[in-house]
Amino acid sequence: MHAITRRTERASCQVKRAGLVLALCLLPLPILFGSLLLGRMSLGAKEVWAALFGGAVPETVRALVLRVRLPRLLAAALVGTNLAVSGAAFQGIFRNPLVESRILGVSAGAGLGAALAMVLRSGPAGIQTLAFAGGLLAAALAILLGTAFGGGILVLVLSGVLVNSFFSSLVSLVKYFADPYVQLPGITFWLMGGLSAVRWAEILPLALASVIGLGGLLLLRWRLNLLTLSEAEAQALGLPVKRLRFLTVALGTLLTAASVSVSGVVGWVGLIVPHAARALVGPDHLFLIPASAGLGAAVLLIFDDIARTALPTEIPLDILTGLIGVPVFFLLFMRQIRKGGGWR
Amino acid sequence: MKLVARGVSYAYVPGQPVLHGVDLTVERGDLVFLLGANGSGKTTLLECLCGLRSPIEGEVLLGEQRLSALPPRERAKWVAYVPQFAETAFAYTVEEMVLFGRAPHVGPFGQPSRADLEKALHALDLVGLDGLRGRPMNALSGGEKRLVLIARALAQEAPFLLLDEPDAHLDPANQHRVLSVIRALVKEGLGVVATTHNPNSALLYGDEAVLLRAGKVLARGQPSCALTAEALAEAYGIPFRVLWDGQGPPAVLPRTDSP
Repeated sequence: MHAITRRTERASCQVKRAGLVLALCLLPLPILFGSLLLGRMSLGAKEVWAALFGGAVPETVRALVLRVRLPRLLAAALVGTNLAVSGAAFQGIFRNPLVESRILGVSAGAGLGAALAMVLRSGPAGIQTLAFAGGLLAAALAILLGTAFGGGILVLVLSGVLVNSFFSSLVSLVKYFADPYVQLPGITFWLMGGLSAVRWAEILPLALASVIGLGGLLLLRWRLNLLTLSEAEAQALGLPVKRLRFLTVALGTLLTAASVSVSGVVGWVGLIVPHAARALVGPDHLFLIPASAGLGAAVLLIFDDIARTALPTEIPLDILTGLIGVPVFFLLFMRQIRKGGGWR
Repeated sequence: MKLVARGVSYAYVPGQPVLHGVDLTVERGDLVFLLGANGSGKTTLLECLCGLRSPIEGEVLLGEQRLSALPPRERAKWVAYVPQFAETAFAYTVEEMVLFGRAPHVGPFGQPSRADLEKALHALDLVGLDGLRGRPMNALSGGEKRLVLIARALAQEAPFLLLDEPDAHLDPANQHRVLSVIRALVKEGLGVVATTHNPNSALLYGDEAVLLRAGKVLARGQPSCALTAEALAEAYGIPFRVLWDGQGPPAVLPRTDSP
């Protein structure tokens, strides 16, 4: 009898958690629809619905919804999802809740790629491509350096710090030589993050990288739990630790580089969203990864709404995520300390 | 089925071996305790036995097969390892932690099934922690944590269990609790090798004791025969005395009245 009650209790708890994860995954949809209404020209729900699904609506409204707002909002949702998921995965495999998706120098590398592209007067596609390549290059260097020194977790983090610092200096060097009237402001704004320039052409590569990266991490998500144990424990459980860690880093890097190449540098999302998701659904990556995905999209959609509507001019995303992210992180941190330590 | 170390040597630094040609055999239904001073090679031998380290000489055999020839997942179905501590930055629940033991039985991209969960809960039942399954790991006592790790190894369903100091940092009641559970599991047919710094654990619960000194076997056999005052004195470098009240196994204590 006791056993049956126990199983029933457990089942209801699991159903509750699965329901919460599902709700978090669906949360971006109403926010995305709501965000389509917002902007310099505010639209009604009926107009947006008609524009989306082929109803009768003026051509300017259809163009505004389908060509301007929708790609930007989809980019916000994808970037938020990617940064949050890669942040959750990195925090897991680095066994450190203070790590985020930029730990391996991806942002600095992408920044260098974008800065070079602007100095070389490439168009938006060139900036996205070089930023993506720069991000991948930086992470690859950090991984190579880490592997050369034994491939341990701490060495990899240190390599990331070195690469980050080196690429940041290179970005400064490019800025120093850039034309101060056009190129320098362009680079500076890019580094502050934003989605105002996003059109459908940028979405396709981002979506492709997202499908691969998110698909891979979703498939691996239960195994990510085992990578949070000590290396000896994970090996004794039959895990090919180094191979699996490399695969996770590669997928996370793909997600981060593809996102940063579209949005510019956007901090804090990859750090805070996984924490918030963990507080809601617990640390099991089986639930944490999809919960982070939904929450990340929702959070960046809201940030982007504020960025484009709060002031007459756009607020760069990285400034907003920092201004809001720091106090939120502080609250999470205090809550954790009050609970007696240990991240959940 | 036996787990056998045959002439195993291991060196962390080339030319400075920490194990020299050690032989050890554990059969199902055996509880073997590994003893020796700090740095005598106990943990290294344990890690060689579960395939975490490859011997530079000699071999570890599972039956007739070399352990190193088995793929990691297959090896984990035969030999389970229980570390001293669960090192994780995240507060998994007891149930989640024990479920991790099903890893060798879950496909590379899969997740545990309902049957896996039942097996994990059964393992928790076996160590008597069924009531704690929803509790986060960081809310458990030292003894409970150790039992959770044993349950995780049991969920692995491996016939051989290797435990690194299962009685360390525990009060006498918790030491008894953990070692009694291990004894009961051995009675059910598991083969267990456990390292310990407490000779009395081996005397009370062990079928065999292997005493290491500087990477070599100094004494082996039934614990009360192998762990003599002389052998312990040689292994640890301080004098010991044996106490026996005529009932049950003897106990040993360091001598404080050193000449």
